[in-house]
Amino acid sequence: MLGQSALFLVTSSSAIVVLFIFYFIIRDAIPFFQLEGIKEFFTSARWYPSASPGEYGTLAIFIGSGLVTLGAIALAMPMGIAAAVCLSDILPFSIRQTIKPIIEVLAAIPSVAFGFFALVVFAPLLQESGGRILAVITWLLGLPAGGLLVIVLADLITGRIREDRRNGARAVLFVCFGGAVIGLLTLISSRLNDVEISSGTNALNVSIILGIMAMPTIVSVSEDALQAVGRELREGSYALGATRAETILKVVIPAAGSGIIAAVILGIMRVIGETMVVWMASGNAAQIPEPWYNILEPVRTLTATIAGDMGEADQVMGSARYHVLFAMAFILLAFSFLSNLASEWIVLRSRRKVGG
Amino acid sequence: MLLAQSRLTLTGLLILGLALAGLTGVHAEETRIIVDGSTTVGPIAKAFAEYYMGLHPDVQITVSESGSGNGAKSLINGTCEIADMSRFMKENEFAAAVEKGIMPVAHVVAMDGLPIIVHPSNPVSGLTVEQVRDIYVGKITNWNQVGGPDKKIVVVSRDTNSGTYETFENLVMNKEKMAESVEYVGSNGAARQRVQSTPSAIGYAGLGFVDQTVKALDINGITPNQSTVSSGVYPIARPLYMFTNGYPKLGSHIHAFVTLHLTKDGQEIIEAIGFIPVTAY
Repeated sequence: MLGQSALFLVTSSSAIVVLFIFYFIIRDAIPFFQLEGIKEFFTSARWYPSASPGEYGTLAIFIGSGLVTLGAIALAMPMGIAAAVCLSDILPFSIRQTIKPIIEVLAAIPSVAFGFFALVVFAPLLQESGGRILAVITWLLGLPAGGLLVIVLADLITGRIREDRRNGARAVLFVCFGGAVIGLLTLISSRLNDVEISSGTNALNVSIILGIMAMPTIVSVSEDALQAVGRELREGSYALGATRAETILKVVIPAAGSGIIAAVILGIMRVIGETMVVWMASGNAAQIPEPWYNILEPVRTLTATIAGDMGEADQVMGSARYHVLFAMAFILLAFSFLSNLASEWIVLRSRRKVGG
Repeated sequence: MLLAQSRLTLTGLLILGLALAGLTGVHAEETRIIVDGSTTVGPIAKAFAEYYMGLHPDVQITVSESGSGNGAKSLINGTCEIADMSRFMKENEFAAAVEKGIMPVAHVVAMDGLPIIVHPSNPVSGLTVEQVRDIYVGKITNWNQVGGPDKKIVVVSRDTNSGTYETFENLVMNKEKMAESVEYVGSNGAARQRVQSTPSAIGYAGLGFVDQTVKALDINGITPNQSTVSSGVYPIARPLYMFTNGYPKLGSHIHAFVTLHLTKDGQEIIEAIGFIPVTAY
């Protein structure tokens, strides 16, 4: 009885801590809206907190956060899921046992080290040969994705042709689709090759680094989800005459879907919450890039603003300067809370669908 | 064996005694000094700490660099004995301090110039204060508008939490706001790093941070160096401060520390780091 109540106390304390965090942040965020109103905070892009009177428009900062997160996830999601599928269903067991720990070691590297690399090595590199790097990234992302697409398409189409003509048809399709993919990639990369990057500390730099940082989370959580699907489903699928590509795409991934979505949301949380890397390498310019999706411009994120401005937020309680940071923190907190709720809900719903 | 045991007992007693002394606050004098604040003044405080701990092995001095604003905050909250600041305390900081029963006293430890720095490959060798302001306001966006190559200017500033930024704002910006495209970095070192690796960048940093890897521009035709700053000819110069709570007790370690810059050795340390001493031995 005593043991039970002690355990309950420990468990409930962590929940209470979360409630306390919410309480204190909201308590310090509300005065900002009382002092400055709501309109400017969400609709103006002018961020001059140290001026007098201060301007507290955070639109540019929200867009900066969104841009960096989108870029990082666009990089990490396809790569992470592809790597997880590869680890769980394609590579032999012995190779998987060596590669998975290596990917997980990435998660143990402190973010300051990533930030230092981004600022000192990667930013100058982007300035010197940004166009070439963009072209290389296009190939790196495009070739595997394109290859996968060609194989899957060819498999799906040849599956409908008569048995004795299959191999010939497959070869023809490979050449056609492969040529198309390579042509497209060449076109895009030659376009990107001429791009000049004036400042290396920009949204692209941070997106790439954060994408690398989110990879281990996405890979290991989705790989666990894929493993959890179990051999019976896979073997049942093979027994019905499905190819390996069909099994992976139509059976394994849908069955592990909720786990993969949860992995991606965890990855997004990792990216949004990251502070040190963006503070060091995003440029921290509170501007809306021109056009808004131009990731070669420096941007500023919510986390970096909170970290960078905390020191000068006036000691005098009740100043808008001080409370605006809490208002930002509240928005961040609300966002991550809702994302977590969403991922829980997705997992629950898919469980009901599968009937597990 | 017996010796080892007695030594153990002695150590135990010593630790106990120290703990008791710490708890009851019975110790002759403060031997742990915490210094916090400006990243510009930080190197001076660090060198002073090293020198002073060499003379007094019983004194522990820790120096952190978190920006002038944080230094003021630490002093007000009583979490440090000495606040390094590269600007004078603001009115509201003073008010907050007095409210908490802290009376900040300023000690000017050195003078500093703020050189405007560019990449060594940049052919531009001088600007006026007005041109620098126009670059930071966003009126001048390309180097060819000030006699340089046809390149977009990458404008780098210290973050608004730094005394260096405040100084720049006071002496250069003339109440005008910086453009939204200005990039902010968190330290003098980072500012120099960004400029030395970006051919089209412009930035500013304390005189002690300017080395061979960047080029300091002549401002209004005056080169920033020891003599132009100390004579007050260079237009962007400032004093560097250490703040204590009240004037430190004469003869205390803190007093010795914040008056170290008045000694011959202190002057040499400040010169070696690249700042301008207030004394002339």
